[in-house]
Amino acid sequence: MYIKQISVFVENKAGRLAEITAFIADKGINVRALSVSDTTDFGILRLVVDKPDEAIALLKEAGLTVSLNNVIAIAVQDIPGGFASVVKVLADAEITVEYIYAFIARTQGSGYAILKVNNDEAAAAALREAGIQTLSEADIV
Amino acid sequence: MDNKIWNKEMECAKRSDIEALQLERLKALVDYCDKNVEFYHKRLEKAGVTADKIKSLSDIQYIPYTTKDDLRDNYPFGLFAVPKKDLVRLHASSGTTGNPTVVGYTREDLDNWSEQVARLAMAAGADDETIVQICFGYGMFTGALGLHYGLEKIGATVVPTSAGNTEKQLKFMRDFGTTAIVATPSYCLYLAEAARERADEFPMTMYSALKLGILGSEGSTPEMREQISQSWGNGFFPTDNYGLSELNGPGMSGECYLRDGLHINEDHFLCEIISSETGEVLPKGETGELVITNLTKRGMPMLRYRTKDITNINYEPCECGRTTARMHKIIGRSDDMLKIRGVNVFPTQIESALIGVSEIGPHYQLVVRREGFADTLEVRVELIDGSLLEKFGELEALQKRIHYRIKSILGIEIKVTLVEPKTIERFTGKAQRIVDLRNK
Repeated sequence: MYIKQISVFVENKAGRLAEITAFIADKGINVRALSVSDTTDFGILRLVVDKPDEAIALLKEAGLTVSLNNVIAIAVQDIPGGFASVVKVLADAEITVEYIYAFIARTQGSGYAILKVNNDEAAAAALREAGIQTLSEADIV
Repeated sequence: MDNKIWNKEMECAKRSDIEALQLERLKALVDYCDKNVEFYHKRLEKAGVTADKIKSLSDIQYIPYTTKDDLRDNYPFGLFAVPKKDLVRLHASSGTTGNPTVVGYTREDLDNWSEQVARLAMAAGADDETIVQICFGYGMFTGALGLHYGLEKIGATVVPTSAGNTEKQLKFMRDFGTTAIVATPSYCLYLAEAARERADEFPMTMYSALKLGILGSEGSTPEMREQISQSWGNGFFPTDNYGLSELNGPGMSGECYLRDGLHINEDHFLCEIISSETGEVLPKGETGELVITNLTKRGMPMLRYRTKDITNINYEPCECGRTTARMHKIIGRSDDMLKIRGVNVFPTQIESALIGVSEIGPHYQLVVRREGFADTLEVRVELIDGSLLEKFGELEALQKRIHYRIKSILGIEIKVTLVEPKTIERFTGKAQRIVDLRNK
């Protein structure tokens, strides 16, 4: 029901993102989705990868400040309003979304969205009731 | 600009004459210290130095250094060479890190001090026509009274407005036709900006008599000078001078109108440049820590006082006619003390603020910059707690928490930057935690 996401603390320095992503790519880890949020000084790189446990061990070993946490992944219809309907479900259930990022699925006609909410269980229940399927790691990797 | 010289005999002497006088005075000083200050007597005895062993100026290297710690350890009167009845003035430093340092002056010391300041004030461009407002705080601080008596000595009209009260400062400038001000560079700039803000009511032409800035107590960059000059307009000319309260106060050195180094009053001050690390005297012209021996001081003589200020000295005669050596503007501080917007900042204070913040590592770095003519301090710390990455707000909250802790200790605005672990340089010996970019 949930998938694992890695967060990495990254300074806003030229080339830093490239170094980190190249580092895990060299270790044979495939990034399925990523997002970066930042201030002028630092950012948080969020990654969904095919081998999260291995990836986090490698990043820690490299001395980076990282964390592993659960997020909800859902499939969104690739049509106008597809995303809006999902957000409305959560809003109606009074669930706060902390961040969302989206990426294109391998199958045509749909996209995936990664959601971080304040209450995972309530969010999953609300989405289920609305007929929106949450994805497992196997679905997206 | 007029090039008046207050004391041609001393300021334009031949180098060999200057050095002969310095040697004679150094010998007398060693003897004086040996006989009148227990602290120096012990030090000199231990080092095996007596006045008759000083054969040349370079023999000064056998005399032990005196440090600020020595002054603090001997608080308040331990380094005084005269009975209290012979003292006519006491000054003291702020004492941010413990005991203040106290300085005592005999009447002769005050006369010498005035003479020293008189020369620098005239070198900067002041004379008996000058109407000068002293915007340094009067009090235990040496700056205001030091300049005050030196300026009076050359016949300038002194207006002791002291620090603050901008409206009054500006009013007196307009009404008195003030021609010069004594201030810190930042206050001088502040006054100019304040004058501009009121230009609708009091046009800048009302300050057209103001031509000279005798600035000190903090350094200024050429850019800052330019800004000060432009802010006042009318060809306002800022000059720098240097001194330490431990060695009288202002009066040690100052710029002439050519502003190519600060002329040292060499008949009163014997300067050396040493390596801060090894304590060795460096060859002439090299950059290092300034060490000063106050050759003529009676109340509280100083033998080889380590200023911790980094500079170099040029012994070539100046085109202004003076032959006295010129020191470069202070390039930095040899120890960790930072002076930011006039506030003394010690890394240990920041360290104490960071202790107990578990989300960050023990290493930190301080980056000092001059931005828009104000000093800024950035404190860089390493984030080690990954659990804060769940929410961006938590990182910002951490940043704010650290900011508050440091600010409440230092009392000045700072910036906190979170950096990745292991990105702050590690040191095996004494950590070099400060990156000072102000004079770059």
